[in-house]
Amino acid sequence: MSAAVHTTSPVAQEADHRALRFLTAGSVDDGKSTLIGRLLFDSRAILADQLDTLERRAAGQPIDLSLLTDGLEAEREQGITIDVAYRYFATKTRKFIIADAPGHEQYTRNMVTAAAGSDAAVVLVDITKLDTTAQAVALLPQTRRHALLAHLLRVPSIVFAVNKLDAVADPAPAFDAVRRALLAFCEQAGIQVAGIIPVSALRGDNVTTPLQADWYQGPSLLQLLESLPTTQERKTGQLLLPVQYVAREGEGTGNQPRTLWGRIAHGSVKAGDQVQLFPSGELATVAEVRRAGEVVDACVAGESAGVVLDRQLDVSRGDWIGSPQSISASNRFAATLAWLDTEPAVVGRKYWVRHGNRWVQARIASIESRLDIHSLQASEAHELAVNDIGNVVIETQQPLPVESYQDNRVGGALIIVDPTSNRTSGALLVQAAR
Amino acid sequence: MNAPVSVNQLLPELDRRHLDWLEEEAIFILRETVAAFERPALLFSGGKDSCVVLRLAEKAFKNSLGQGQFKGRLPFPLLHVDTGHNFPEVIEFRDRRIAEMGERLVVGHLEDSIKRGTVRLSHPLESRNGHQTVALLEAIEEHRFDLLIGGARRDEEKARAKERIFSHRDSFGQWQPKEQRPELWTLFNTRIKPGEHMRAFPISNWTELDVWLYIARENIPLPHIYYAHDRQVVRRKGLLVPVTEVTPVEAGEAAETVQVRFRTVGDMTCTCPVESDAATPAEIVAETLTVTVSERGATRMDDRTSDASMERRKKEGYF
Repeated sequence: MSAAVHTTSPVAQEADHRALRFLTAGSVDDGKSTLIGRLLFDSRAILADQLDTLERRAAGQPIDLSLLTDGLEAEREQGITIDVAYRYFATKTRKFIIADAPGHEQYTRNMVTAAAGSDAAVVLVDITKLDTTAQAVALLPQTRRHALLAHLLRVPSIVFAVNKLDAVADPAPAFDAVRRALLAFCEQAGIQVAGIIPVSALRGDNVTTPLQADWYQGPSLLQLLESLPTTQERKTGQLLLPVQYVAREGEGTGNQPRTLWGRIAHGSVKAGDQVQLFPSGELATVAEVRRAGEVVDACVAGESAGVVLDRQLDVSRGDWIGSPQSISASNRFAATLAWLDTEPAVVGRKYWVRHGNRWVQARIASIESRLDIHSLQASEAHELAVNDIGNVVIETQQPLPVESYQDNRVGGALIIVDPTSNRTSGALLVQAAR
Repeated sequence: MNAPVSVNQLLPELDRRHLDWLEEEAIFILRETVAAFERPALLFSGGKDSCVVLRLAEKAFKNSLGQGQFKGRLPFPLLHVDTGHNFPEVIEFRDRRIAEMGERLVVGHLEDSIKRGTVRLSHPLESRNGHQTVALLEAIEEHRFDLLIGGARRDEEKARAKERIFSHRDSFGQWQPKEQRPELWTLFNTRIKPGEHMRAFPISNWTELDVWLYIARENIPLPHIYYAHDRQVVRRKGLLVPVTEVTPVEAGEAAETVQVRFRTVGDMTCTCPVESDAATPAEIVAETLTVTVSERGATRMDDRTSDASMERRKKEGYF
């Protein structure tokens, strides 16, 4: 097995206290629910009464592990997953949060929900749906779409689980052919692969217990998941802190000390630091740093800090605190837009966008291109429909301190909201300020 | 869901740091509720999950004086929907705790809804759990709350596992599972129209084990019925049904005294204890690691009627 597997860096080891958040994706019937059921079942996270329900439904037949995850009536009726379900399990060395995302194209928006904030994506590939004797194996569109979406949303580790190995007569060459197709696709799309793992979710092969086969010496899926890094914030360098909530001490409206609370996007803050406020541009010194009800020496990226300044300034939710001269803002920027609304994206129409803790009006100035999921080519487009991904230029009513999403998720991510329905219509990932 | 692993598998360091991370996330969500909404309220029943959320709210909005004591007042009132069928120990605890903390409690009484005629019981001892929804929605309307903070966890139940952290409710208070807003990063879409409201669940990502680890770490006070005590029960359909005025001994049953504790505390008509001799949070942590039945499976009569009973109640506005 030659697919590149992440090596665990010292940074990742330090971060191992965090639960690894991963999503599972892939086409309908690729066996996602069965795979999750298997992970929970084999790691003994399923309790007797839950198993009991399954056994009653099975009425003597082997139990259907997929029934563990579909929690909505409509899902059981239709036998598909509609919305993300979150599941929890732990091994000796790690805690896990699974975001079980739907495979159905109609519910791609929920897959995007699962991907935002995930440390890893497990894309299921059903080997029985592929012609593994072909010169070049043709992957299913949803495999490509989900891997690509995970990649565009910068899910740090992308893993393919090649499922239903039990249903293939000669698994070694079949797996090898699929593996080569996946690697070719990923290379073309610029996706870094964290692992390609053969599994049988139904039988439990190579999910939690390593596969006993002479043609595969790699890790089991669970072993790989235990070794993947969790997302790390940049704790050094310039401070960037979006003000989430301004708390006043005591009652009244006078000049009480105020604490500016916010989760640090990058850098750190300690008493005595010089900071600059955005958008006012005013300078101040940090008098005190608080965290969860206590005065602390310092706070770092990822933590919510309460900053008390040495003087009273007009600061509200939505403002930013940064190192002096470090924040520059723009009201026009290029972004990747994942459109999630059944109403298509309209150039020129006003939407709300949320960046950090600020809501501003914005419009899509232009749609530069739309990504063709099959060819992976960007083509000219005037419209983005539901589940489309495109490159757009956004104009905002006020300048925003946007950063490239690749550099920083907090500074580079926005949601776009329909002002009439209040639906979350899309996810914006900033490429560069214009 | 908690894996029934052995106590030796509990990794103190892993769990401690994981709790820090969960706490951080919950406090962030709590601050968001106050920053983004005009009239939030915290659902407080005196149950363990709401006691944990209450402690997290103290950490988010008050200054610590050490030893679990805090200075200041929460920026929202607490709301309890009283079915009239609550365990007296829990109501007593609720009132004492809130008085100690100096917080404001709003109570929505199901009895009032019955008097108004908005709730009709088909028989006097019927479970009032499902009817809570009416009293809850009436309290929301009366006090014009635009956001309710709840202690629901995704590991409790399959429909809960599907719910967003910020969950939109329409003007009828209904949850529409197929229409959930995508929830991207922590950029919560908190925009609502007049008459609508939202629910926020800061401990969505916690498991029953996490809750008990946190109670143990933070020394969070709870109603004593969460710990082992002797109680009169009857054995019915595999559950230990407590003998109360609303769940009397039925013909052909014999009451017995059993050492029990409650894993979850809700309406008396549908909440059952489990056999246990765990008398401290640490002992409950150890027991939770070895349980083989889920929290709801062991304790709730009303969830057993159908696979979708929770989902149906939630669609109507239940929390």
